[in-house]
Amino acid sequence: MQDTKFNEAALLTVEPSPHIKRRASIRWSMLEVIIALIPACAFGVYIFGWRALFVLLISVASAVLSEFVYQKFIIKKRVMISDCSAALTGLLLGMNLPASVPLWLPVVGSAFAIIIVKQLFGGIGRNFLNPALAARAFLFFSWPAHMGKYVGLGAKLPLFANVGEDIQASATVLAGIKEGGTPSASLLDMFFGKCDGTIGEISALLLLVGGIYLLIRGIISWHIPVTYLGTCAVMFFIFPQVAGVSRLDAMLYELLSGGLMLGAIFMATDYVTCPITKWGRVIFGVGCGLLTFFFRCFGANAEGVSFAILIMNSLVWYIDFATKPRIFGTKGVKKRAS
Amino acid sequence: MKKDGFFSQLKRGILDENPVFVQLLGMCPTLALTTLVSNAIGMGLAATAVLVCSNLLISLLRHIIPKQVRIAAYIVIISGFVTAVELIMKAYLFDLYQSLGIFLSLIVVNCIILARAEAYASKNKPLPSIVDGIATGLGFTFALIVMAAIREVIGSGTILGYDITFGVYEPAMMIAQPAGAFITLGIIIAAVQKIKNSVEDKKRLKRLSHVEPKERGDKE
Repeated sequence: MQDTKFNEAALLTVEPSPHIKRRASIRWSMLEVIIALIPACAFGVYIFGWRALFVLLISVASAVLSEFVYQKFIIKKRVMISDCSAALTGLLLGMNLPASVPLWLPVVGSAFAIIIVKQLFGGIGRNFLNPALAARAFLFFSWPAHMGKYVGLGAKLPLFANVGEDIQASATVLAGIKEGGTPSASLLDMFFGKCDGTIGEISALLLLVGGIYLLIRGIISWHIPVTYLGTCAVMFFIFPQVAGVSRLDAMLYELLSGGLMLGAIFMATDYVTCPITKWGRVIFGVGCGLLTFFFRCFGANAEGVSFAILIMNSLVWYIDFATKPRIFGTKGVKKRAS
Repeated sequence: MKKDGFFSQLKRGILDENPVFVQLLGMCPTLALTTLVSNAIGMGLAATAVLVCSNLLISLLRHIIPKQVRIAAYIVIISGFVTAVELIMKAYLFDLYQSLGIFLSLIVVNCIILARAEAYASKNKPLPSIVDGIATGLGFTFALIVMAAIREVIGSGTILGYDITFGVYEPAMMIAQPAGAFITLGIIIAAVQKIKNSVEDKKRLKRLSHVEPKERGDKE
Protein backbone atom coordinates (compact mmCIF):
# COMPACT_ATOMS: atom_id res chain seq x y z
CA MET A 1 0.00 0.00 0.00
CA GLN A 2 2.69 2.42 0.92
CA ASP A 3 4.42 1.91 -2.39
CA THR A 4 1.78 1.74 -5.09
CA LYS A 5 4.29 2.20 -7.84
CA PHE A 6 6.10 -0.95 -6.88
CA ASN A 7 2.88 -2.93 -6.61
CA GLU A 8 1.79 -1.84 -10.04
CA ALA A 9 5.09 -2.91 -11.42
CA ALA A 10 4.77 -6.24 -9.72
CA LEU A 11 1.25 -6.77 -11.04
CA LEU A 12 1.97 -5.74 -14.58
CA THR A 13 5.27 -7.53 -14.98
CA VAL A 14 5.03 -10.55 -17.23
CA GLU A 15 7.61 -13.15 -16.33
CA PRO A 16 8.46 -16.49 -17.83
CA SER A 17 7.92 -19.50 -15.58
CA PRO A 18 8.63 -20.62 -12.84
CA HIS A 19 6.07 -18.52 -10.98
CA ILE A 20 6.09 -20.42 -7.72
CA LYS A 21 9.43 -19.90 -6.10
CA ARG A 22 11.22 -21.42 -3.19
CA ARG A 23 13.95 -20.17 -0.97
CA ALA A 24 16.15 -23.03 -2.10
CA SER A 25 19.71 -22.30 -3.08
CA ILE A 26 22.87 -24.36 -3.11
CA ARG A 27 23.95 -22.69 0.11
CA TRP A 28 20.61 -23.40 1.79
CA SER A 29 20.50 -27.09 0.90
CA MET A 30 24.15 -27.63 1.80
CA LEU A 31 23.60 -25.99 5.18
CA GLU A 32 20.55 -28.19 5.80
CA VAL A 33 22.61 -31.30 5.10
CA ILE A 34 25.35 -30.06 7.41
CA ILE A 35 22.75 -29.47 10.15
CA ALA A 36 21.44 -33.00 9.64
CA LEU A 37 24.97 -34.39 10.00
CA ILE A 38 25.83 -32.51 13.18
CA PRO A 39 24.19 -34.96 15.68
CA ALA A 40 26.13 -37.91 14.24
CA CYS A 41 29.35 -35.87 14.28
CA ALA A 42 28.76 -34.78 17.84
CA PHE A 43 28.21 -38.38 18.85
CA GLY A 44 31.45 -39.38 17.11
CA VAL A 45 33.29 -36.69 19.05
CA TYR A 46 31.65 -37.90 22.27
CA ILE A 47 32.79 -41.46 21.63
CA PHE A 48 36.27 -40.89 20.21
CA GLY A 49 37.26 -37.72 22.08
CA TRP A 50 38.44 -34.32 20.97
CA ARG A 51 40.77 -35.74 18.37
CA ALA A 52 37.73 -36.69 16.29
CA LEU A 53 36.54 -33.08 16.33
CA PHE A 54 40.01 -32.00 15.33
CA VAL A 55 40.03 -34.40 12.37
CA LEU A 56 36.62 -33.12 11.25
CA LEU A 57 37.67 -29.47 11.54
CA ILE A 58 40.91 -30.04 9.64
CA SER A 59 39.01 -31.86 6.93
CA VAL A 60 36.43 -29.08 6.52
CA ALA A 61 39.02 -26.30 6.68
CA SER A 62 41.32 -27.87 4.13
CA ALA A 63 38.43 -28.58 1.75
CA VAL A 64 37.34 -24.93 1.87
CA LEU A 65 40.92 -23.77 1.55
CA SER A 66 41.53 -26.03 -1.48
CA GLU A 67 38.45 -24.64 -3.20
CA PHE A 68 39.51 -21.08 -2.40
CA VAL A 69 43.08 -21.54 -3.62
CA TYR A 70 41.97 -23.29 -6.81
CA GLN A 71 39.31 -20.73 -7.74
CA LYS A 72 41.29 -17.67 -6.72
CA PHE A 73 44.79 -18.49 -7.92
CA ILE A 74 44.65 -21.33 -10.42
CA ILE A 75 41.60 -20.71 -12.59
CA LYS A 76 41.12 -17.11 -11.40
CA LYS A 77 37.33 -17.18 -11.39
CA ARG A 78 34.78 -16.13 -8.80
CA VAL A 79 35.43 -17.70 -5.42
CA MET A 80 32.36 -19.74 -4.48
CA ILE A 81 33.33 -21.11 -1.07
CA SER A 82 30.32 -19.36 0.51
CA ASP A 83 27.97 -21.92 -1.11
CA CYS A 84 29.19 -24.35 1.58
CA SER A 85 29.49 -27.27 -0.82
CA ALA A 86 33.21 -27.59 -0.14
CA ALA A 87 32.55 -27.50 3.59
CA LEU A 88 30.01 -30.31 3.21
CA THR A 89 32.45 -32.37 1.17
CA GLY A 90 35.10 -31.87 3.83
CA LEU A 91 32.69 -32.81 6.60
CA LEU A 92 31.56 -35.99 4.81
CA LEU A 93 35.17 -36.97 4.17
CA GLY A 94 36.06 -36.37 7.81
CA MET A 95 33.15 -38.53 8.91
CA ASN A 96 34.52 -41.31 6.73
CA LEU A 97 37.89 -41.37 8.48
CA PRO A 98 38.79 -43.26 11.65
CA ALA A 99 39.60 -40.91 14.52
CA SER A 100 43.13 -42.27 14.76
CA VAL A 101 44.35 -41.12 11.34
CA PRO A 102 47.45 -38.90 11.23
CA LEU A 103 46.36 -35.31 10.86
CA TRP A 104 47.82 -34.82 7.37
CA LEU A 105 45.51 -37.49 5.97
CA PRO A 106 42.31 -35.36 5.96
CA VAL A 107 44.29 -32.51 4.38
CA VAL A 108 45.45 -34.69 1.48
CA GLY A 109 42.02 -36.25 1.16
CA SER A 110 40.18 -32.94 1.05
CA ALA A 111 42.57 -31.51 -1.50
CA PHE A 112 42.09 -34.61 -3.67
CA ALA A 113 38.31 -34.41 -3.32
CA ILE A 114 38.01 -30.75 -4.16
CA ILE A 115 40.73 -30.26 -6.77
CA ILE A 116 40.95 -33.56 -8.63
CA VAL A 117 37.46 -35.00 -8.29
CA LYS A 118 35.41 -31.79 -8.32
CA GLN A 119 37.21 -28.79 -9.79
CA LEU A 120 39.12 -30.50 -12.58
CA PHE A 121 35.79 -31.70 -13.97
CA GLY A 122 34.32 -28.20 -13.92
CA GLY A 123 33.40 -27.45 -10.33
CA ILE A 124 30.12 -27.80 -8.53
CA GLY A 125 27.45 -29.68 -10.48
CA ARG A 126 29.88 -31.17 -13.00
CA ASN A 127 31.70 -33.84 -11.00
CA PHE A 128 30.59 -37.32 -11.93
CA LEU A 129 31.81 -38.94 -8.72
CA ASN A 130 30.94 -38.02 -5.17
CA PRO A 131 34.07 -36.07 -4.13
CA ALA A 132 34.10 -37.23 -0.51
CA LEU A 133 33.71 -40.88 -1.46
CA ALA A 134 36.29 -40.71 -4.24
CA ALA A 135 38.73 -39.14 -1.80
CA ARG A 136 37.96 -41.85 0.73
CA ALA A 137 38.71 -44.50 -1.87
CA PHE A 138 41.94 -42.70 -2.78
CA LEU A 139 43.04 -42.58 0.86
CA PHE A 140 41.97 -46.16 1.40
CA PHE A 141 44.09 -47.49 -1.45
CA SER A 142 46.98 -45.15 -0.76
CA TRP A 143 47.39 -45.56 2.97
CA PRO A 144 45.47 -48.72 3.92
CA ALA A 145 47.34 -49.02 7.21
CA HIS A 146 46.02 -45.69 8.45
CA MET A 147 42.54 -46.02 7.00
CA GLY A 148 42.03 -49.46 8.47
CA LYS A 149 43.14 -48.62 12.00
CA TYR A 150 40.06 -48.39 14.16
CA VAL A 151 40.99 -47.90 17.78
CA GLY A 152 38.90 -49.28 20.60
CA LEU A 153 36.21 -47.30 22.30
CA GLY A 154 37.99 -46.45 25.53
CA ALA A 155 41.36 -45.56 24.00
CA LYS A 156 42.74 -42.16 24.90
CA LEU A 157 43.84 -40.55 21.66
CA PRO A 158 46.39 -37.72 21.67
CA LEU A 159 45.03 -34.47 20.27
CA PHE A 160 47.86 -33.50 17.94
CA ALA A 161 50.50 -36.21 17.90
CA ASN A 162 50.35 -39.25 15.64
CA VAL A 163 48.68 -42.27 17.14
CA GLY A 164 51.50 -44.58 18.09
CA GLU A 165 51.88 -48.32 17.87
CA ASP A 166 51.07 -48.73 21.57
CA ILE A 167 47.38 -48.04 20.98
CA GLN A 168 45.91 -51.26 19.72
CA ALA A 169 43.72 -51.27 16.66
CA SER A 170 40.55 -53.29 17.01
CA ALA A 171 38.54 -54.95 14.28
CA THR A 172 35.19 -53.44 13.38
CA VAL A 173 32.05 -55.50 13.65
CA LEU A 174 31.99 -55.80 9.89
CA ALA A 175 35.58 -57.08 9.76
CA GLY A 176 34.71 -59.60 12.45
CA ILE A 177 31.76 -60.82 10.42
CA LYS A 178 33.94 -61.06 7.33
CA GLU A 179 36.33 -63.36 9.14
CA GLY A 180 33.46 -65.60 10.10
CA GLY A 181 33.32 -64.77 13.77
CA THR A 182 30.33 -63.75 15.83
CA PRO A 183 29.69 -59.99 16.06
CA SER A 184 31.59 -58.21 18.81
CA ALA A 185 28.76 -55.83 19.75
CA SER A 186 25.09 -56.31 20.50
CA LEU A 187 22.45 -55.06 18.08
CA LEU A 188 21.27 -52.37 20.49
CA ASP A 189 24.82 -51.07 20.99
CA MET A 190 25.25 -50.88 17.24
CA PHE A 191 21.97 -49.04 16.81
CA PHE A 192 22.97 -46.39 19.33
CA GLY A 193 26.56 -46.32 18.14
CA LYS A 194 28.65 -47.97 20.81
CA CYS A 195 30.92 -49.74 18.37
CA ASP A 196 34.13 -49.16 16.42
CA GLY A 197 34.11 -47.44 13.12
CA THR A 198 34.81 -44.15 11.43
CA ILE A 199 33.90 -40.88 13.13
CA GLY A 200 30.56 -40.38 11.45
CA GLU A 201 29.24 -43.83 10.70
CA ILE A 202 28.82 -45.38 14.14
CA SER A 203 25.45 -44.11 15.31
CA ALA A 204 22.74 -45.52 13.10
CA LEU A 205 20.07 -43.81 15.20
CA LEU A 206 21.41 -40.29 14.78
CA LEU A 207 22.06 -40.82 11.09
CA LEU A 208 18.45 -41.95 10.68
CA VAL A 209 17.29 -38.88 12.60
CA GLY A 210 19.34 -36.69 10.26
CA GLY A 211 17.88 -38.51 7.26
CA ILE A 212 14.31 -38.00 8.46
CA TYR A 213 15.07 -34.31 9.00
CA LEU A 214 16.28 -34.03 5.41
CA LEU A 215 13.18 -35.86 4.15
CA ILE A 216 10.87 -33.52 6.07
CA ARG A 217 12.72 -30.45 4.83
CA GLY A 218 12.47 -31.78 1.30
CA ILE A 219 16.21 -31.84 0.68
CA ILE A 220 16.33 -35.47 -0.38
CA SER A 221 13.65 -37.76 -1.77
CA TRP A 222 12.94 -41.11 -0.17
CA HIS A 223 13.70 -43.17 -3.27
CA ILE A 224 17.41 -43.76 -2.91
CA PRO A 225 17.72 -44.45 0.85
CA VAL A 226 14.66 -46.69 0.94
CA THR A 227 15.53 -48.75 -2.13
CA TYR A 228 19.19 -48.93 -1.14
CA LEU A 229 18.53 -50.12 2.40
CA GLY A 230 15.62 -52.28 1.24
CA THR A 231 17.70 -54.10 -1.36
CA CYS A 232 20.44 -54.69 1.18
CA ALA A 233 17.91 -55.95 3.71
CA VAL A 234 16.35 -58.40 1.25
CA MET A 235 19.70 -59.70 0.00
CA PHE A 236 21.18 -60.16 3.46
CA PHE A 237 17.97 -61.78 4.67
CA ILE A 238 18.03 -64.34 1.88
CA PHE A 239 21.79 -64.90 2.11
CA PRO A 240 22.76 -64.30 5.76
CA GLN A 241 26.48 -63.67 6.27
CA VAL A 242 26.70 -63.63 10.05
CA ALA A 243 27.47 -66.89 11.79
CA GLY A 244 25.54 -67.98 14.83
CA VAL A 245 22.53 -65.67 14.79
CA SER A 246 19.07 -65.82 13.26
CA ARG A 247 18.35 -64.55 9.76
CA LEU A 248 16.68 -61.39 10.97
CA ASP A 249 19.52 -60.56 13.35
CA ALA A 250 22.07 -61.20 10.62
CA MET A 251 20.23 -58.80 8.35
CA LEU A 252 20.07 -56.13 11.06
CA TYR A 253 23.77 -56.52 11.82
CA GLU A 254 24.60 -55.89 8.18
CA LEU A 255 22.28 -52.88 7.97
CA LEU A 256 23.65 -51.25 11.12
CA SER A 257 27.34 -51.93 10.57
CA GLY A 258 29.86 -50.07 8.49
CA GLY A 259 29.05 -47.02 6.46
CA LEU A 260 25.75 -48.29 5.09
CA MET A 261 23.50 -45.77 6.87
CA LEU A 262 25.84 -42.86 6.20
CA GLY A 263 26.23 -43.94 2.59
CA ALA A 264 22.57 -44.61 1.85
CA ILE A 265 21.24 -41.45 3.47
CA PHE A 266 23.92 -38.83 2.86
CA MET A 267 26.32 -40.07 0.19
CA ALA A 268 24.16 -41.75 -2.42
CA THR A 269 21.65 -38.88 -2.34
CA ASP A 270 24.18 -36.25 -3.36
CA TYR A 271 22.37 -34.04 -5.90
CA VAL A 272 25.12 -33.97 -8.47
CA THR A 273 25.90 -37.64 -8.61
CA CYS A 274 22.49 -39.31 -8.44
CA PRO A 275 19.86 -39.65 -11.19
CA ILE A 276 17.21 -36.95 -11.52
CA THR A 277 14.24 -39.13 -12.46
CA LYS A 278 12.24 -41.06 -9.86
CA TRP A 279 12.64 -44.42 -11.56
CA GLY A 280 16.28 -43.62 -12.15
CA ARG A 281 16.70 -43.15 -8.43
CA VAL A 282 15.02 -46.46 -7.75
CA ILE A 283 17.38 -48.21 -10.18
CA PHE A 284 20.30 -46.36 -8.61
CA GLY A 285 19.30 -47.43 -5.09
CA VAL A 286 18.76 -51.05 -6.05
CA GLY A 287 22.08 -51.10 -7.91
CA CYS A 288 23.90 -49.67 -4.90
CA GLY A 289 22.27 -52.24 -2.64
CA LEU A 290 23.18 -55.18 -4.86
CA LEU A 291 26.76 -53.98 -5.31
CA THR A 292 27.14 -53.45 -1.56
CA PHE A 293 25.94 -56.99 -1.00
CA PHE A 294 28.37 -58.38 -3.57
CA PHE A 295 31.29 -56.35 -2.20
CA ARG A 296 30.61 -57.45 1.35
CA CYS A 297 30.14 -61.08 0.35
CA PHE A 298 32.85 -61.61 -2.22
CA GLY A 299 35.13 -58.57 -1.95
CA ALA A 300 38.60 -58.54 -0.47
CA ASN A 301 37.64 -55.77 1.96
CA ALA A 302 34.99 -55.96 4.63
CA GLU A 303 33.37 -52.69 3.57
CA GLY A 304 31.78 -52.12 0.18
CA VAL A 305 29.42 -49.17 0.49
CA SER A 306 31.77 -46.53 -0.86
CA PHE A 307 32.81 -48.58 -3.88
CA ALA A 308 29.21 -49.52 -4.63
CA ILE A 309 28.12 -45.89 -4.64
CA LEU A 310 31.13 -44.83 -6.72
CA ILE A 311 30.38 -47.45 -9.36
CA MET A 312 26.72 -46.43 -9.52
CA ASN A 313 27.80 -42.76 -9.67
CA SER A 314 29.64 -43.47 -12.89
CA LEU A 315 26.49 -45.06 -14.36
CA VAL A 316 24.19 -42.14 -13.57
CA TRP A 317 24.31 -40.73 -17.08
CA TYR A 318 23.07 -44.02 -18.55
CA ILE A 319 20.38 -44.43 -15.90
CA ASP A 320 19.08 -40.94 -16.57
CA PHE A 321 19.12 -41.59 -20.29
CA ALA A 322 17.24 -44.87 -19.92
CA THR A 323 14.55 -43.39 -17.67
CA LYS A 324 14.05 -40.18 -19.62
CA PRO A 325 10.39 -39.22 -19.16
CA ARG A 326 8.12 -39.20 -22.19
CA ILE A 327 6.98 -35.79 -23.36
CA PHE A 328 3.30 -35.30 -22.52
CA GLY A 329 1.05 -36.09 -25.46
CA THR A 330 3.52 -38.17 -27.41
CA LYS A 331 2.08 -41.54 -26.41
CA GLY A 332 1.08 -43.58 -29.42
CA VAL A 333 2.24 -40.96 -31.88
CA LYS A 334 4.70 -43.36 -33.38
CA LYS A 335 2.01 -46.00 -33.90
CA ARG A 336 -0.28 -43.66 -35.76
CA ALA A 337 2.50 -42.47 -37.97
CA SER A 338 3.26 -45.98 -39.05
CA MET B 1 58.49 -31.88 -44.69
CA LYS B 2 61.64 -32.68 -46.61
CA LYS B 3 63.10 -29.28 -45.82
CA ASP B 4 62.89 -29.87 -42.09
CA GLY B 5 66.18 -29.65 -40.31
CA PHE B 6 67.31 -32.31 -37.89
CA PHE B 7 66.51 -30.26 -34.83
CA SER B 8 63.10 -29.03 -35.91
CA GLN B 9 62.17 -32.64 -36.67
CA LEU B 10 63.46 -33.64 -33.26
CA LYS B 11 61.49 -30.89 -31.56
CA ARG B 12 58.34 -31.88 -33.40
CA GLY B 13 58.68 -35.49 -32.32
CA ILE B 14 59.44 -34.76 -28.68
CA LEU B 15 57.25 -31.72 -27.96
CA ASP B 16 54.81 -30.54 -30.62
CA GLU B 17 53.65 -33.98 -31.69
CA ASN B 18 54.64 -36.00 -28.68
CA PRO B 19 53.31 -39.50 -29.44
CA VAL B 20 51.87 -40.02 -25.96
CA PHE B 21 50.79 -36.65 -24.64
CA VAL B 22 49.57 -35.13 -27.91
CA GLN B 23 48.75 -38.00 -30.28
CA LEU B 24 47.60 -40.33 -27.48
CA LEU B 25 49.32 -43.33 -29.05
CA GLY B 26 50.95 -46.19 -27.17
CA MET B 27 48.69 -45.88 -24.14
CA CYS B 28 49.16 -49.51 -23.08
CA PRO B 29 52.86 -49.40 -22.11
CA THR B 30 52.44 -45.83 -20.89
CA LEU B 31 49.84 -46.84 -18.35
CA ALA B 32 51.26 -50.21 -17.41
CA LEU B 33 55.01 -49.68 -17.27
CA THR B 34 55.47 -46.28 -15.66
CA THR B 35 55.63 -47.44 -12.07
CA LEU B 36 59.44 -47.18 -12.05
CA VAL B 37 61.72 -44.81 -13.92
CA SER B 38 64.12 -47.65 -14.78
CA ASN B 39 61.29 -49.54 -16.49
CA ALA B 40 60.32 -46.42 -18.41
CA ILE B 41 63.85 -45.82 -19.67
CA GLY B 42 64.26 -49.45 -20.70
CA MET B 43 60.93 -49.59 -22.48
CA GLY B 44 61.45 -46.22 -24.18
CA LEU B 45 64.89 -47.09 -25.48
CA ALA B 46 63.81 -50.54 -26.64
CA ALA B 47 60.90 -49.02 -28.55
CA THR B 48 63.20 -46.33 -29.98
CA ALA B 49 65.64 -48.94 -31.26
CA VAL B 50 62.85 -50.90 -32.92
CA LEU B 51 61.35 -47.72 -34.32
CA VAL B 52 64.58 -46.51 -35.92
CA CYS B 53 65.37 -49.88 -37.47
CA SER B 54 61.84 -50.51 -38.74
CA ASN B 55 61.56 -46.99 -40.14
CA LEU B 56 64.82 -47.46 -42.02
CA LEU B 57 63.87 -50.82 -43.48
CA ILE B 58 60.34 -49.81 -44.38
CA SER B 59 61.63 -46.66 -46.02
CA LEU B 60 64.12 -48.67 -48.06
CA LEU B 61 61.43 -51.12 -49.12
CA ARG B 62 58.73 -48.54 -49.74
CA HIS B 63 58.67 -49.06 -53.51
CA ILE B 64 58.73 -52.84 -53.22
CA ILE B 65 55.98 -53.56 -50.67
CA PRO B 66 52.61 -53.86 -52.44
CA LYS B 67 50.04 -51.47 -51.13
CA GLN B 68 47.42 -54.11 -50.41
CA VAL B 69 49.51 -56.09 -47.94
CA ARG B 70 51.56 -53.27 -46.49
CA ILE B 71 50.28 -53.57 -42.90
CA ALA B 72 51.14 -57.27 -42.77
CA ALA B 73 54.57 -56.52 -44.22
CA TYR B 74 55.17 -53.79 -41.63
CA ILE B 75 54.18 -56.10 -38.81
CA VAL B 76 56.58 -58.77 -40.04
CA ILE B 77 59.43 -56.27 -40.25
CA ILE B 78 58.66 -54.78 -36.83
CA SER B 79 58.30 -58.16 -35.15
CA GLY B 80 61.67 -59.20 -36.54
CA PHE B 81 63.33 -56.25 -34.86
CA VAL B 82 61.35 -56.72 -31.66
CA THR B 83 62.53 -60.33 -31.46
CA ALA B 84 66.11 -59.16 -31.94
CA VAL B 85 65.81 -56.51 -29.21
CA GLU B 86 64.13 -59.01 -26.93
CA LEU B 87 66.92 -61.55 -27.35
CA ILE B 88 69.59 -58.91 -26.81
CA MET B 89 67.91 -57.74 -23.60
CA LYS B 90 67.48 -61.31 -22.44
CA ALA B 91 71.21 -61.84 -22.89
CA TYR B 92 72.58 -58.62 -21.43
CA LEU B 93 69.83 -56.94 -19.35
CA PHE B 94 68.00 -59.88 -17.83
CA ASP B 95 66.54 -57.98 -14.82
CA LEU B 96 65.03 -55.31 -17.02
CA TYR B 97 63.83 -57.98 -19.43
CA GLN B 98 61.96 -59.67 -16.60
CA SER B 99 60.41 -56.51 -15.22
CA LEU B 100 59.16 -55.43 -18.65
CA GLY B 101 57.63 -58.85 -19.16
CA ILE B 102 55.02 -59.23 -21.86
CA PHE B 103 55.16 -55.56 -22.81
CA LEU B 104 58.48 -56.04 -24.55
CA SER B 105 56.92 -58.46 -27.02
CA LEU B 106 53.92 -56.19 -27.32
CA ILE B 107 56.10 -53.54 -28.97
CA VAL B 108 55.13 -55.44 -32.14
CA VAL B 109 51.64 -54.04 -32.00
CA ASN B 110 52.65 -50.69 -30.51
CA CYS B 111 50.64 -48.21 -32.52
CA ILE B 112 53.37 -45.56 -32.40
CA ILE B 113 55.67 -47.73 -34.49
CA LEU B 114 52.95 -48.74 -36.92
CA ALA B 115 51.77 -45.15 -37.18
CA ARG B 116 55.24 -43.84 -38.03
CA ALA B 117 55.72 -46.64 -40.57
CA GLU B 118 52.41 -45.90 -42.24
CA ALA B 119 52.47 -42.11 -42.00
CA TYR B 120 56.13 -41.32 -42.50
CA ALA B 121 58.58 -44.07 -43.40
CA SER B 122 56.52 -45.42 -46.27
CA LYS B 123 56.50 -42.02 -47.95
CA ASN B 124 59.97 -40.67 -47.20
CA LYS B 125 63.61 -41.35 -47.92
CA PRO B 126 65.69 -43.48 -45.51
CA LEU B 127 67.65 -40.67 -43.82
CA PRO B 128 64.66 -38.52 -42.78
CA SER B 129 62.93 -41.72 -41.71
CA ILE B 130 65.76 -42.54 -39.32
CA VAL B 131 65.59 -39.01 -37.88
CA ASP B 132 61.84 -39.35 -37.54
CA GLY B 133 62.31 -42.65 -35.74
CA ILE B 134 64.79 -41.09 -33.32
CA ALA B 135 62.54 -38.07 -32.70
CA THR B 136 59.38 -40.08 -32.10
CA GLY B 137 61.21 -42.66 -30.02
CA LEU B 138 62.76 -39.98 -27.83
CA GLY B 139 59.35 -38.34 -27.49
CA PHE B 140 57.94 -41.67 -26.33
CA THR B 141 60.84 -42.18 -23.91
CA PHE B 142 60.47 -38.63 -22.62
CA ALA B 143 56.75 -39.11 -21.96
CA LEU B 144 57.35 -42.42 -20.20
CA ILE B 145 60.07 -40.91 -18.01
CA VAL B 146 57.88 -37.93 -17.04
CA MET B 147 55.00 -40.24 -16.11
CA ALA B 148 57.26 -42.69 -14.29
CA ALA B 149 59.11 -39.97 -12.37
CA ILE B 150 55.86 -38.53 -11.05
CA ARG B 151 54.41 -41.92 -10.20
CA GLU B 152 57.58 -43.32 -8.66
CA VAL B 153 58.14 -40.29 -6.43
CA ILE B 154 54.54 -40.00 -5.26
CA GLY B 155 53.58 -43.65 -5.34
CA SER B 156 56.70 -45.41 -4.07
CA GLY B 157 58.78 -42.65 -2.52
CA THR B 158 61.83 -43.54 -4.57
CA ILE B 159 63.52 -42.24 -7.69
CA LEU B 160 65.56 -44.68 -9.80
CA GLY B 161 65.44 -46.98 -6.80
CA TYR B 162 66.89 -44.47 -4.30
CA ASP B 163 64.77 -43.84 -1.24
CA ILE B 164 63.77 -40.18 -0.97
CA THR B 165 61.17 -40.38 1.77
CA PHE B 166 63.69 -39.39 4.49
CA GLY B 167 61.52 -41.36 6.88
CA VAL B 168 58.87 -38.63 6.79
CA TYR B 169 56.92 -39.02 3.59
CA GLU B 170 54.54 -41.94 3.32
CA PRO B 171 54.04 -42.82 -0.35
CA ALA B 172 50.50 -42.77 -1.75
CA MET B 173 50.34 -46.33 -3.01
CA MET B 174 47.37 -45.73 -5.26
CA ILE B 175 49.44 -43.59 -7.63
CA ALA B 176 51.64 -46.63 -8.28
CA GLN B 177 48.56 -48.74 -8.99
CA PRO B 178 46.66 -48.72 -12.33
CA ALA B 179 44.08 -46.16 -11.17
CA GLY B 180 46.92 -43.77 -10.35
CA ALA B 181 48.28 -44.19 -13.87
CA PHE B 182 45.01 -42.98 -15.36
CA ILE B 183 44.80 -40.01 -12.98
CA THR B 184 48.42 -38.99 -13.63
CA LEU B 185 48.10 -39.35 -17.40
CA GLY B 186 44.84 -37.40 -17.44
CA ILE B 187 46.29 -34.50 -15.51
CA ILE B 188 49.44 -34.39 -17.64
CA ILE B 189 47.45 -34.44 -20.90
CA ALA B 190 45.16 -31.70 -19.60
CA ALA B 191 48.14 -29.56 -18.65
CA VAL B 192 49.83 -30.12 -22.03
CA GLN B 193 46.63 -29.19 -23.88
CA LYS B 194 46.27 -26.08 -21.75
CA ILE B 195 49.81 -24.96 -22.53
CA LYS B 196 49.38 -25.73 -26.24
CA ASN B 197 46.12 -23.79 -26.41
CA SER B 198 47.49 -20.75 -24.66
CA VAL B 199 50.53 -20.70 -26.92
CA GLU B 200 48.32 -20.98 -30.00
CA ASP B 201 46.00 -18.27 -28.69
CA LYS B 202 48.90 -15.92 -28.25
CA LYS B 203 50.12 -16.64 -31.77
CA ARG B 204 46.66 -16.00 -33.18
CA LEU B 205 46.28 -12.77 -31.28
CA LYS B 206 49.64 -11.61 -32.54
CA ARG B 207 48.57 -12.36 -36.11
CA LEU B 208 45.17 -10.77 -35.85
CA SER B 209 45.88 -7.53 -34.08
CA HIS B 210 48.53 -4.91 -33.68
CA VAL B 211 48.10 -4.87 -29.93
CA GLU B 212 50.86 -6.60 -28.05
CA PRO B 213 49.62 -10.07 -27.04
CA LYS B 214 50.58 -9.58 -23.42
CA GLU B 215 48.46 -6.44 -22.96
CA ARG B 216 45.55 -8.04 -24.77
CA GLY B 217 45.76 -11.06 -22.51
CA ASP B 218 45.74 -8.91 -19.40
CA LYS B 219 42.56 -7.12 -20.39
CA GLU B 220 40.52 -10.25 -20.83
